Amino acid sequence: MSKPQMREPIESGCPDGFQYMHPTMRRNFGMWDYHEDTQPGVMVHVAKNGDKLYTVKAGTQRILDVFTLRDLMDIADEYADGHVRFTIRSNIEFYTDHEEKVQPLVDALKDKGYAVGGTRNSVASISHTQGWLHCDIPGTDASGVVKSMMDELYDEFTNWNMPNRVHITTSCCQINCGGQGDIAINVQHTKPPKIDHSLVGNVCERPSVVARCPVAAIRPAMVDGKPSLEVDEKKCICCGACYPPCPPMQINDHEFTQLAIWIGGNHSNARGKPTFQRLVAAGIPNNPPRWPEATAVVKKILESYKEGARDWERINEWVERIGWPRFFEVTGLPFTKYHIDNWRGARANLNSSTHIRF
Amino acid sequence: MADIKKYPTPMLDVLEDGPWPSFISGIKNLRDNHPDERINNVTNGLLGQLEHSYETKMGYWKGGTISVFGYGGGIIPRFSEVGDKFPESREFHTLRVQPTPGNYYTTDMMRKLADSWEKWGSGLQTFHGQTGNIMFIGADNDSFQHFFDEINDYGWDLGGAGPCVRTAMSCVGAARCEQSCANEHAVHRHLVNNFTDDVHRPALPYKFKFKVSGCPNDCQNAIERADFAVIGTWRDHKKINQDHWKAFVADKGVEYVMDNVISRCHSKSLSLGEDNSLIADESNCVRSMHCMNVVPKAISPGDDKGVTILCGGKRTLKIGDLMGTVLVPFMKLETAEDYEQIVELAEEIIDFWAENGLEHERTGEMIERIGLVNFLEGIGVDPDPNMIAQPRNVSYVRTDGWDEAAEEWFNRKREEKAAS
Repeated sequence: MSKPQMREPIESGCPDGFQYMHPTMRRNFGMWDYHEDTQPGVMVHVAKNGDKLYTVKAGTQRILDVFTLRDLMDIADEYADGHVRFTIRSNIEFYTDHEEKVQPLVDALKDKGYAVGGTRNSVASISHTQGWLHCDIPGTDASGVVKSMMDELYDEFTNWNMPNRVHITTSCCQINCGGQGDIAINVQHTKPPKIDHSLVGNVCERPSVVARCPVAAIRPAMVDGKPSLEVDEKKCICCGACYPPCPPMQINDHEFTQLAIWIGGNHSNARGKPTFQRLVAAGIPNNPPRWPEATAVVKKILESYKEGARDWERINEWVERIGWPRFFEVTGLPFTKYHIDNWRGARANLNSSTHIRF
Repeated sequence: MADIKKYPTPMLDVLEDGPWPSFISGIKNLRDNHPDERINNVTNGLLGQLEHSYETKMGYWKGGTISVFGYGGGIIPRFSEVGDKFPESREFHTLRVQPTPGNYYTTDMMRKLADSWEKWGSGLQTFHGQTGNIMFIGADNDSFQHFFDEINDYGWDLGGAGPCVRTAMSCVGAARCEQSCANEHAVHRHLVNNFTDDVHRPALPYKFKFKVSGCPNDCQNAIERADFAVIGTWRDHKKINQDHWKAFVADKGVEYVMDNVISRCHSKSLSLGEDNSLIADESNCVRSMHCMNVVPKAISPGDDKGVTILCGGKRTLKIGDLMGTVLVPFMKLETAEDYEQIVELAEEIIDFWAENGLEHERTGEMIERIGLVNFLEGIGVDPDPNMIAQPRNVSYVRTDGWDEAAEEWFNRKREEKAAS
């Protein structure tokens, strides 16, 4: 029997975006002058030749079904000009150069249940990962956490209440593919992996797994006469790095996989240099379907930030100004020995001065 | 619509309440109302398995190895570990498809993609995943090749997955942003499309990411997440429209302007003149963007635009989060030769890392292990004081090549002067 004829791929790579851009964008590429924020979720960009382009931004559920996608496209055709874009945080942007279309577009989106906002000093849409819906190593869900939190933060997305923008991220394992955020809700495992020694020898490339461990806590071993791996549980930091290359080293646990909250990650070079997020709270239960404990901590931090920060201060800048002791004081979060860094370069995170606020 | 036995979803049902759009309602809509019985079934199985995850707080997907004919990657295989309980979604692979730089679409193209996807897949997709790809979630073993063939015919190609050059990401950019200092489109496509072979056939130590942001606001998180971060900037003076600036001061008042603009400049390079004009000490402007973020109508980037290139950003695994570090303080990107230069630099870096990186080691980790200087020598880039926050502070260093190194520095300076 002859093999079926397979089609050779066309290795076209990344496609040209100009063919899909709004004509006003194409015409004014690199020629924009300034923009104004006319209401939450709405911007007008003005080109040097006076052309105007209106952008309306709406939050979506990210995991889109084709019905919702077509619904959004119908809105784009009926109320805007048939050109859209998605932002890095999975918001959809609609474009039109007709000012009179803007309000009907905003109203139509709201009528159909989409959240209009996410611009300027709002809580932007939460950037999230795959979670239980589709990842192979998740400690929690992503879409459900985001849905639950955005339900609670809806008014912060649709209004300009914050001192500056707030980017929230979630990650469902400690690799943290959700990225840096002003507030990050990340999985934190608290126990070493449980090893199924009957499978390791057949499933895992053992030297790669040994090499993957950040603290060299894994070594090859014979267990019950079979080649396997063992973990020095005193050294183990419970990060789960061994689990992806070796699924029999199960790190996820219905009880000991928990959540931690980190703050102050800021990717922008605006004002200060980019910053990494810092641990502020751990031991938060992984509690589907609504994760109320995690949301409560996030809301408490947002409340304190809103209350205490100056205009334009991101969360990291606010904490830098008021100091970490006051951060723990105003948020009521406990300060523990786990906040004190002991990773490489840890000394840079200690206070080697008499700069202390009383 | 099929008359199917629906798996109960009491925990997921809770996620249909509340004002934010619900992904659960969307998946249920496919299960209950899509005309194709196959989609009703597959989404029913998916909901059943997800509910099972919510109840037991565990994930049940495992990976594997599949790809389309001719490629080695681009697809995230997913096989269910509880396929006996939920056989309808037993195979539920994701296709990663490269979007355009900046993620632009027409409604017509979106509908075309939706038509193709519901013909072959689950009807669920994401714009976009954290990798920057369009994620078409839920194709089985028999259908992913057909779906790829269909969309590949009208201009879409798979992105990266595994140890390879990954799908790149770019901001909205010059198409709609007054702060853009680069043609993000051209940078993005010149770079990633030079490496299509390395995107489709994973054979590198680990992943390699390009990200392009048109200005230092870095909307694409390039410094924190990309092995090769390209950030637009300018090297002449920023442009100040004093009329718009004075109108801003008149509107907000001097106190507001002092508190929110002048005193907030990171390098303290701004002051307010007696006539309320804006005075800028341009030689100390570090392009920290704040003034133009607050008053975009009055302050803009300069005309002599180009990019800063940073290398080695990544997230946690394995040695902890790393920011990229400056490799090229300024590169002009105007002519075809300029673009060749940036592509050649990327080639040098990838070649050096492919030779010297350990398995599963990102560029940033390799630089951490071997030191920035060894890396610079490996790729043929000269040291520059813009690469450091400050010089070393420990005296344990061998300096017996000092005179030659100083001579090289003076020679380079003389050449730069002669060239300008």
